[in-house]
Amino acid sequence: MNIVVLVKQVPDSGADRNLRTDDNTIDRGSANNVINEMDEYAIEEALKIKEAHGGEVTILTMGPDQATESIRKALSMGPDKAVHVLDDALAGSCAVATSKVLSAALGQLNADLVLCGAESTDGRVQVLPHMIAERLGVAALTGARKLTVDGGTLTIERQTEEGYEVVTAETPAVVSVWDTINEPRYPSFKGIMAAKKKPVQTLPLGDLGVAPAEVGRAGATSAVLEHSKRPPRSSGTKVTDEGAGGTQLVEFLATEKFV
Amino acid sequence: MSEVLVVVEATREFGVKKVTLEMLTLARGLGTPSAVVLGGPGAAEALSAKLGEYGAAKIYAAESAEIDDYLVSPKATVLAELVTRVQPAAVLLASAQEGKEIAARLAVKLDNGILTDAVALDADGTATQVVFAGSTIVKSKVTRGLPLVTVRPNSITPEPAAATPAVEQLTVSVPAADKLARVVNRVAEQKGSRPELTEASVVVSGGRGVGTADNFKLVEELADLLGGAVGASRAAVDSGYYPHQFQVGQTGKTVSPQLYIALGISGAIQHRAGMQTSKTIVAVNKDGEAPIFELADFGVVGDLFKVVPQTAEEIRKRR
Repeated sequence: MNIVVLVKQVPDSGADRNLRTDDNTIDRGSANNVINEMDEYAIEEALKIKEAHGGEVTILTMGPDQATESIRKALSMGPDKAVHVLDDALAGSCAVATSKVLSAALGQLNADLVLCGAESTDGRVQVLPHMIAERLGVAALTGARKLTVDGGTLTIERQTEEGYEVVTAETPAVVSVWDTINEPRYPSFKGIMAAKKKPVQTLPLGDLGVAPAEVGRAGATSAVLEHSKRPPRSSGTKVTDEGAGGTQLVEFLATEKFV
Repeated sequence: MSEVLVVVEATREFGVKKVTLEMLTLARGLGTPSAVVLGGPGAAEALSAKLGEYGAAKIYAAESAEIDDYLVSPKATVLAELVTRVQPAAVLLASAQEGKEIAARLAVKLDNGILTDAVALDADGTATQVVFAGSTIVKSKVTRGLPLVTVRPNSITPEPAAATPAVEQLTVSVPAADKLARVVNRVAEQKGSRPELTEASVVVSGGRGVGTADNFKLVEELADLLGGAVGASRAAVDSGYYPHQFQVGQTGKTVSPQLYIALGISGAIQHRAGMQTSKTIVAVNKDGEAPIFELADFGVVGDLFKVVPQTAEEIRKRR
């Protein structure tokens, strides 16, 4: 099976993150840039499918120069190769334009299965998998906590508010995964060394038949008008339990009219 | 005034969800709300009274026995046709799995911008979003097409505004292109009588400090006494104490209740991402240096196995 995994480089969600004041885009300069955590689960799932059914795993990333670090990190887990869509015109692209670019790249890669994380930790927008499926005219199985591959038939389980759904589709398809699906492997030393030699193809926008005016800030379908830091919450009363902590807690709840 | 489409979120068991009432309330700031019900035959009938109570002047009923057999695509197709026909001032959907997925497809079909997780909406369609673990407030606008916005549950207080909605039945056909992802089974899981996590006005969450799955009974007991939902930190979920659908934080749910009680949760940034916008925060933790206390309006440094039973007892006494 020919599997493509979408990987996004994001600012580390465990640290302070900021928007730039000049163009309201993510400040990547001041951030520690890492692989979107959920994408590691997609890579793991791809590798497991390859191990069981054979095939090839390709990483597809759209991002600036520095995303190369995340691509090498992804490759060190075991995928075969990578494609990096890299073009200055892409800076500031909205989700709609990003889906157009990724769909164009996927169109050249002939994937049976496109795997991705259910959301990125920066935008948390969750729209890309369905946007790409809509553009490619293929099925989207989203929010998988379990994926089964039987020949060309894919079946997922996805959590809902009421319980879970079992959804099935034939390949080609896009499948997005949550972090409940598996436990991603750590890259081995051998994997890290091998990743340095794996092919990474750079694709400029021109090779995808997408015009610069359709992407980036120029082609964005939405805009951030302004942003500000939310005032930090101030801590209130802190008591140490000396036998009446629970009672004091209820007294607080009573003054706030919760009990 | 121009029409604003509100895509209804409802469950078979509880009817119209609160987020729908929030959207109807927000829609009135932009125009006249029309509710869109996408579901099985008879779905709109069961919901119309409640939708009218919150100001729906019209209900579009897109009902089909087939529409729920496939993942979101048929719904997006019906909605795209409706939007093209009535040219609404805006389209609002819930910021939940399905709402976002329908919105995603709609954005591509109409080549229209999209904003997700709005917590407020101005008359000109400008949306307010809270991003980066609750640290940053953003104001954004769709710059191509109409405002297509998903609204985060528990963002505003719904306000009734009685209307008598006229119901218009839409013709639903499900083309082969929308039948690619087939739902073969829906399994209901025992949920009990607790409110849904993202819509609850009180959430009581447990973390690593709860120690075992069995001990989560303590968390549940307090939640039930306060009429709240139960949440869990990632550490508690990863340790197998509580199921993943109740996880609050970066890779789980974002909640914004009136009252959030954190029991045995240290308050890592990834957890704070999911609860930082709660109105009142209470924390119980044995480590007085735990970061959760930095945001708690009231904190108790102590053993939760002593503090929580006493809290429960005291609430019972006051009744």
